[in-house]
Amino acid sequence: MQQAQPVKKKKKKLRRYYDYSLLFTIIFLTVFGLIMIYSSSSYNAQIDGKAPSYYMTRQMYIAMGGFAGMLFISKLNYHWFAKFAPLAVLVSYVSMVLVNFTPLGIARNGKKRWLGYGSLTIQPAEIVKITLILVLAVMIANMGKKINEWRSWGIVSITFLPLALMVMMNNLSSGIIICGIAIVMMFVANKRKWPFVLFIVSVAAVILFAPTVAIALEEAGILQEYQLRRILVWKSPESYPTDGGYQVLQGLYAIGSGGLLGKGLGQSIQKLSFLPEPQNDMIFAIICEELGLFGALMVIFLFMFMIYRFMRIANSAPDIFGSFLVIGVLAHIAIQVILNIAVVTNVIPNTGITLPFISYGGTSILFLMVEMGIVLSVSNGITLES
Amino acid sequence: MHSFLTHHRRKILVLTISVFVLILGLIGQLGYLMIVRSEYYSELADELHERERTIKAARGEIVDRNGKVIATNRTVCTVSVIYNQMKDRERIIEILCKELGLQEAEVRKKVEKRSSREIIKTNVDKADGDRIRKYGLAGVKVDEDYKRYYPYQSLASKVLGFTGADNQGIIGLEVQYESYLKGRDGVILTLADAKGVELENAAEDRVEPIAGDTLTISLDVNIQKYAEQAAYQVMEKKGARAVSIVIMNPQNGEIYAMVNAPEFDLNHPFALDSEMVSGSAEEKQDLLNQMWRNRCINDTYEPGSTFKIITAAAGLEAGVVSLTDSFSCPGFRIVEDRRIRCHKVGGHGSESFLQGAMNSCNPVFIDVGQRLGVDAFYHYFEQFGLLGKTGIDLPGEAATIMHKKENMGLVELATVSFGQSFQITPIQLLTTASSIINGGTRITPHFAVKAESRDGTEIREFTYSVREGVVSGQTSETMCYMLGQVVAEGSGNKARVEGYSVGGKTATSEKLPRSRKKYISSFLGFAPAEDPEVIALITIDEPVGIYYGGTIAAPVIGDIFEMILPYLKIEGNPPENQVDMHP
Repeated sequence: MQQAQPVKKKKKKLRRYYDYSLLFTIIFLTVFGLIMIYSSSSYNAQIDGKAPSYYMTRQMYIAMGGFAGMLFISKLNYHWFAKFAPLAVLVSYVSMVLVNFTPLGIARNGKKRWLGYGSLTIQPAEIVKITLILVLAVMIANMGKKINEWRSWGIVSITFLPLALMVMMNNLSSGIIICGIAIVMMFVANKRKWPFVLFIVSVAAVILFAPTVAIALEEAGILQEYQLRRILVWKSPESYPTDGGYQVLQGLYAIGSGGLLGKGLGQSIQKLSFLPEPQNDMIFAIICEELGLFGALMVIFLFMFMIYRFMRIANSAPDIFGSFLVIGVLAHIAIQVILNIAVVTNVIPNTGITLPFISYGGTSILFLMVEMGIVLSVSNGITLES
Repeated sequence: MHSFLTHHRRKILVLTISVFVLILGLIGQLGYLMIVRSEYYSELADELHERERTIKAARGEIVDRNGKVIATNRTVCTVSVIYNQMKDRERIIEILCKELGLQEAEVRKKVEKRSSREIIKTNVDKADGDRIRKYGLAGVKVDEDYKRYYPYQSLASKVLGFTGADNQGIIGLEVQYESYLKGRDGVILTLADAKGVELENAAEDRVEPIAGDTLTISLDVNIQKYAEQAAYQVMEKKGARAVSIVIMNPQNGEIYAMVNAPEFDLNHPFALDSEMVSGSAEEKQDLLNQMWRNRCINDTYEPGSTFKIITAAAGLEAGVVSLTDSFSCPGFRIVEDRRIRCHKVGGHGSESFLQGAMNSCNPVFIDVGQRLGVDAFYHYFEQFGLLGKTGIDLPGEAATIMHKKENMGLVELATVSFGQSFQITPIQLLTTASSIINGGTRITPHFAVKAESRDGTEIREFTYSVREGVVSGQTSETMCYMLGQVVAEGSGNKARVEGYSVGGKTATSEKLPRSRKKYISSFLGFAPAEDPEVIALITIDEPVGIYYGGTIAAPVIGDIFEMILPYLKIEGNPPENQVDMHP
């Protein structure tokens, strides 16, 4: 409030804030991610007949482009982004329809998740994420107190539920993230608490009692045998080393053999074809193996610091729109970090969720940079009283 | 607006705290995995990563009594390809086909197979391997390895035996002394990736291999060579199926030579004669087994007249006969209802026991047998060690096939007396004869003398069981004299050696069934007759034409003795003595 008011007056000659600590956190995480991508992928890249730095170089170029874009976006007035809301929704719908229902969608490893041509491909799910953050922030800002009404919930649902469902068709984890971001933003915007409390309690219950419930459901004929199997694999990967348990178990080997200080950068053995595609979802396991518990904690603390910075920016944002843009990004990063580490440490069943800034993935790093640009732009909107 | 934002702030704080709580929970799980469970997962991971690679130990050499190497190792190469490292596959295929003489399709299949390592050919000559290495083809690996090599090719093939693909003994001494010869393989413990490719910079744990012991055997390459030559000559001359010769020291059982012509090439033990190549795998294996058979110890035969040595010794030992006892031979002897013929149809007429032995007269020995009776004869048969095995240090010694005592009537006794109706191995006959002429000591025939570790620090001398008092010294002396007379003036006269006194006994055994009219001619000889230092037995299987042992087998032993007696530095008789014996 105290900070919000001077912004509204828009006095000249006020010093503008720019969150350099967030900027340097982003730079550090990205560069660290490149190092870890090189460390975890160079061996497999060579085996596949590529240059050892193949994955790292690719990621680096995209990250550099994204970084430039981020700096550019961060200097724009974020209110201007609101104009793109309808276009973003349109693009999201069109691209999701294209990827799901037309032959333009490219399937890799049996999952139809990509759009594009040749090696230039993107995952529309990432577009949906940023669209959601932008559009929902616009809606919340515009609705004001009306957001508490059920009617508004309906409007939000009608806008985003079809998108979320289309994403879930081929990418359950991205769908979960999208729902998660929406729920977090609605949680902050709403005065109502009980639907969210109920939601969290039910999620916790599912995780805690999953095996018992699943076995009961399977006996009742509701759950398929393979679905039950997935849950059982999650509960004891050692018992299913060849089936779905393989990746998780290899991840646990990597984490466990890291110990306190790790084997040293580049010394992971699990990355040598034991863990499939170690530069992707399971990169955190390689970090644990090479850098140990201390290295892993350092990465986690960086993410926590980042989230703390988001919180500060959201709190100090010039207006509700800016605040909710940052909350959306916060939700996105927090959900991905938590889910990724939870999967790697086998707290939840295996779903393919990447670790932001660190896992290999061009679309992901590109849109993360755009999101960071938006957050920095919001931070740049904050004026400081001297 | 005020309340609105305060409520937002509170929610943002709740959100951030929840996120941090969740993250702290995950840190807890991470700490549990990386501290508490660290050891458990590290061990599982190490188990997964460690690869054991063995370093083959060099197999011990086999050397003859003079230290000549008769079985050794040769460096050979294994040529393999590593898929990911190959650059010019076509060139690799072309060169490997050319240098290794392989079919292109076969090589192509292996070169284009996506595997970490594919073996193209093993046991490649070192020269070929070196040539392939010189091309410097990326992804082609030439590894060196040991292969058993026998410098004398077929020399004593059935005695030495050979080794299989893993360098393990398959027949002969190579099997018998496997535990001494094989050594202990070393190990390299390395780390490997999921495809089994070893990591280059990983620390290695290495246990060095220990080479096998050097085995010294009593065989003498020169004697063996000469005996083989003699065996091949007589085999060719008489069109025989096979010729076996064993030459041994009758005093201690050391075998100087053991020939089984035809021998086979130890460096190519699986190569059959071209005419036999067709046929099923089973037939092929049968042929191979036949080819590898050591007839001196694996096969039994009816010894025939050479067995009269044992009958005579038993008779003398029991005191039922003396050299001067007189017998009469009408050309046959009737035992119970059987008429058993002598080989001389007209009969030998009246003769002393000594003369009967020199004539190899069947009725004389039938009489000796009958005088002994079944009980006494069986007793001596057992006493001489004929019922058991000799205990020679070669695998697969055949046991004696003999009548059961309760089934032995007088007719059986009569046939056994001159070496028919039962079967023993040549080595058994030779060993028993040795104990009769060496003063009554039953020795164990053997090859292995000592095993010595490669660095010479550990030496194991082999000892063999000896049983004294098989016959009395008196009987032994008498037997030596008697058998000396057989060669000097009797049926074995073709084994005479200028300057030496030789003892011996001839035999011509009919092979079963007797209607086939196939024979085994044999001769057992020793020298010097008074104090034997070398004993030899030759068996000629199915000679064509003249088949009498005295005519075709005795001269071979005479010939061999003539060469090896001076070679073994065995002193002969002064020429005067010789003159005395041949008035």
